[in-house]
Amino acid sequence: MKVRKSLDAAAAERILLFDGAFGTMIQNARLSEDDFAGDLNLSAEQGGNNDILALTRPDVIREITSAYLAAGSDIVSTNTFSANRISQADYEAQHLVRDINLASARVAREAADAAADGDGRPRFVAGALGPTNKTLTLSPNVEDPGYREIDFDFLADVYREQAEALVEGGADLILVETIFDTLNAKAAIFAVRELERKLGREVPIALSMTLTDLSGRNLSGHTVEAFWFAVRHARPIAVGLNCSFGAEQLRPYVQTLGKIADTLLLAYPNAGLPNELGEYDEPPEKTAAMLHEWAQGGHVNILGGCCGSTPEHIAAIAAAVRDAAPRRVPRPEPATRLAGLEPFILAA
Amino acid sequence: MTSTMTTSRPEGQAAAAPTARFVNVGERTNVTGSARFKKLVLDGDYTAAVEVARQQVENGAQIIDVNMDEGLLDSEEAMVTFLRLLAAEPDIARVPTMIDSSKWSVIEAGLKCVSGKPVVNSISLKEGEEQFLEQAQKCIDYGASVVVMAFDETGQADTKERKVEICSRAYRLLTENGFPPEDIIFDPNIFAVATGMEEHNRYALDFIEAVAEIRERCPHVHCSGGLSNLSFSFRGNETVRRAMHSVFLYHAIPAGLDMAIVNAGQLDVYDTLDPQLRDACEDVILCRRPDATERLIALAESYRGRSKEEDKQAAEWRGWPVTRRLEHALVKGIDSDIVSDTEEARLEIAARKGRTIEVIEGPLMDGMNVVGDLFGSGRMFLPQVVKSARVMKKAVAHLIPYIEEEKTENSRSAGKIVMATVKGDVHDIGKNIVGVVLQCNGYEVIDLGVMTPWTKIIETAQKEGADLIGLSGLITPSLDEMVTVAEEMQRAGLDIPLLIGGATTSKVHTALRIDQAYDGPVIHVLDASRAVGVASKLVSDTNKDAFVEGIADEYETVREKRAGKGGSALLPLAEARANRFRADFTRKPAAPAKPGLHVYDDWSLADLREVIDWTPFFRAWELAGTYPAILQDQVVGESARSLFADAQEMLERIVEEKWLTAKAVCGFWPCKAVEDDVVLDDGTLLPMLRQQVKKSRDRSNFCLSDFIDPAGDWIGGFAVGIHGIEPHLARFAKDTDDYSDILLKALADRFAEALAERLHQHVRTQLWGYAPEEALSNTDLIREKYDGIRPAPGYPACPDHTLKPILFDLLDAGTNAGLTLTESQAMLPTSAVSGFYFGHPESQYFGVARIGQDQLENYATRRGMAKDVAERWLRPNLD
Repeated sequence: MKVRKSLDAAAAERILLFDGAFGTMIQNARLSEDDFAGDLNLSAEQGGNNDILALTRPDVIREITSAYLAAGSDIVSTNTFSANRISQADYEAQHLVRDINLASARVAREAADAAADGDGRPRFVAGALGPTNKTLTLSPNVEDPGYREIDFDFLADVYREQAEALVEGGADLILVETIFDTLNAKAAIFAVRELERKLGREVPIALSMTLTDLSGRNLSGHTVEAFWFAVRHARPIAVGLNCSFGAEQLRPYVQTLGKIADTLLLAYPNAGLPNELGEYDEPPEKTAAMLHEWAQGGHVNILGGCCGSTPEHIAAIAAAVRDAAPRRVPRPEPATRLAGLEPFILAA
Repeated sequence: MTSTMTTSRPEGQAAAAPTARFVNVGERTNVTGSARFKKLVLDGDYTAAVEVARQQVENGAQIIDVNMDEGLLDSEEAMVTFLRLLAAEPDIARVPTMIDSSKWSVIEAGLKCVSGKPVVNSISLKEGEEQFLEQAQKCIDYGASVVVMAFDETGQADTKERKVEICSRAYRLLTENGFPPEDIIFDPNIFAVATGMEEHNRYALDFIEAVAEIRERCPHVHCSGGLSNLSFSFRGNETVRRAMHSVFLYHAIPAGLDMAIVNAGQLDVYDTLDPQLRDACEDVILCRRPDATERLIALAESYRGRSKEEDKQAAEWRGWPVTRRLEHALVKGIDSDIVSDTEEARLEIAARKGRTIEVIEGPLMDGMNVVGDLFGSGRMFLPQVVKSARVMKKAVAHLIPYIEEEKTENSRSAGKIVMATVKGDVHDIGKNIVGVVLQCNGYEVIDLGVMTPWTKIIETAQKEGADLIGLSGLITPSLDEMVTVAEEMQRAGLDIPLLIGGATTSKVHTALRIDQAYDGPVIHVLDASRAVGVASKLVSDTNKDAFVEGIADEYETVREKRAGKGGSALLPLAEARANRFRADFTRKPAAPAKPGLHVYDDWSLADLREVIDWTPFFRAWELAGTYPAILQDQVVGESARSLFADAQEMLERIVEEKWLTAKAVCGFWPCKAVEDDVVLDDGTLLPMLRQQVKKSRDRSNFCLSDFIDPAGDWIGGFAVGIHGIEPHLARFAKDTDDYSDILLKALADRFAEALAERLHQHVRTQLWGYAPEEALSNTDLIREKYDGIRPAPGYPACPDHTLKPILFDLLDAGTNAGLTLTESQAMLPTSAVSGFYFGHPESQYFGVARIGQDQLENYATRRGMAKDVAERWLRPNLD
């Protein structure tokens, strides 16, 4: 309860800052295969396995995290987007999942605590669960729409393993992010509930959906409203949108979600859309200017960046929203809110 | 019965989800209820099984019930297979799923496949509290609502007492353990009636009464039931079964049943049932007479459908050549032979190797040109034009398949316009009229309907390459939404003209707010007759610039005038309060004769017809004048008479065939005035606004609270709505009959106003009873020659629309009159009126008009709103 209370208290006063991309920063660090592989003696090449750096180059991760904290982040995430058994299997590192998450959470915890000690402002660590590269709702096989590569129980198990290590390593909350499949997120919520029972205490959840295109739906086909109704049972500490596209295109959906979600609203868009070379080149001032507008409109509580964003982006956003009032959390009337791909409300 | 099933499909991603009041759960994908579905699943023909689900959704099921409880099946596997296949069908998966099984393992397997928020059907206390709560907790963890059956350790509840007892116990257990009450749906068991067993006679009635009590005792829950059990005795006699279901729902829904598992394609409208059959079903269901079962059985045997003979008389013009017949039909708006005449013209042209399009470009357009000329020169009026358009649409609909077959290029349209009633608003009569008029003049109209989010408007305009966008709205919050659309058009980089229309819109608001938000041309269109002129100038290469510049200058002048004038002087709020109206409270009416809530489920339409105020009806059709003088008017008289005759004819059918149901609720509450607030004795606060414009001489600065005695008084409230219009509109839409569509909507509006008038009269003479002797003619009623007023939230004396939810709560208007509110506080169904009753003889209507920042801030505090929120709702009253 402590985390929920102190985060709510901080969010009542101002717009909080989340961090930016890890991937972009790691790319910029130009690490070699040796940096990634360290002396783990894994059979597969580790180049590109960003998450394993928690074991092999923790200094790089710490530096990035500290840079975000210095730029103004109130909440930093663990570098564990792919630190799950499914994704790590691609690097034949699935047996290291627990170690990666523990180490990553500890790095973030230490950096956050150091920053909090420095200026007295509370900092929070969000243990990040990515979507994995498998989906519970779609068949990868066009001829057989009923086929699934994995099932709910398996995925819940994968998430439970990761979440447990993150919490043990010091994460304050679990952030289920880049949700392209709503059922995957429901499995994560289910797993965290089980973990709570095991630990005998609350593990707050934050949820962040990603849209696949401008139709405003995620890959499993849910509209923003349907998504919210489908995950509201998580009683998340925050819900939001990330990645997808730049702030410009994300705006209407942030507004839609902000009107109905009775919890803090989180948004961390990409730094614009990728250019012809696939690079994100939206300058910090531009991102910040757009997010400033959202803040002025009272649409958000927590802001950060996703692909392409850097500590400079976070600093620019922090400066731009410093004086804006945070969004007031709406209190919707009691009603039965169901969802297929689209929302359905029955007045209660 | 359909009147209580208001739902609509959410349009586009950003549309606010509509709020349903009664839910049809599709039952056909249930192996225990459908022999066909069972066979398909047993045969492993899941492709066909998925089609069954699709049909259910197409037929209006809002939730799909899936049940695989069959001994010969691996139910878990079948459930998983089927749900995964449904997930691959966006047309089906858009609605929520109900996972239906008597086995928990099957339910849990299903929960692991459903990605939205489903409903579990069902859990119960059958195996004791521990298992019940464990399963309920799982439902929370998986994110599902739950149906709880009225079943406990001793068995299934059959009497009213048992149903209520078990549900109340389950409610207490669930809510004490953190289960959200709004996610509980009770199924108090619908059992078969008319079985011949005397002890079954009360089953339906017990169910209905139990539902009412459960809803009362257990706040926020819903009640559901499987309907097909009810009529089990009449297997094979679909007519009787459907009638029983309709009658049952007709009585159970008002009692609080808000969900039922039904065959969505097979529901009859209560009002269209054969009265004899309906009465017999009613006797059985309500247990009204001991021989009810025998009588229904006897009637069921003899019941046969009746066919109607139709007589046609060929008129003289039928002997004319076909092109002349087409023109005549168009000008006179006669659609009875249009399809055969069109076909004849098509064959004639085909015989000389012409193309089908020539029918449109030739005789049909010639006819429409005559119509256009007559309308343009003021010799024909809107009602006729709309009728002509109906004929034209029918002819074109007949030709389109041939035209497509010939693959000719499309006939060039004059211009393309995207039209929409903005988000939060549901009124569309005016927009539809403008749409028809534009279509008659060759414009391609893309009508996005009502409650349209700006994302959809802009997206459509961009995708379709529209030349114009037209926005419509009736209620004041729509003005703000129009500004939002304009801002977003600006942001989207559009520069096409934006047309603004609708009852609350004005040139001043357009110039001051909307025009300022958008760099492209913004034009306020006063009424439908101007629409074509405006549109044609805007799409013209030669006239556009001059026209747009002219409008821009005009709006600049409007703005300058406003800026220069700054409006009349405002008093500080304290001074305005000091100058309040001082009513003589020795004259205040006595306490109501019949306090409390009064609910009218079905006010007689024949009675309402007598008090219809016709003048606004003609105004809706842009015929200016006062009824009845308008019928003799030199200019529009003929048109008005013809419209009036059509209206009377439709009224006849509405009343005879009971197309509509008029529902109303009113109530009275003890209160007192505290400053500008009316405070009810139960603590409910009704903050009011006070006139602040400086008054000359001895005029007061009015506020509605001035009519309430600070020492103690009474206030009333009411809400009325006209239900059941949807199936008729759907019928007209199918016939591309805009004329009847607009006519019926306009009449439904009149009925709503008439009901408000009649109810107010009933309140004065009976319920409140302060004017028992009152006897006024209809004309005097319309002229408001009585004591007391009924101001409505959102109208001049009480401009804040957000008092509506408070009023609705006081009246429980959702349950009692079937009314809901949109996010902009528009009422649904559309034909509805609500307001407060003030009984003091000196009470009078006034306009609050402009208020100052001091009152805005004070009001926001009193209303418990942030200032910016209050500012948004009161924008029309601010500078």
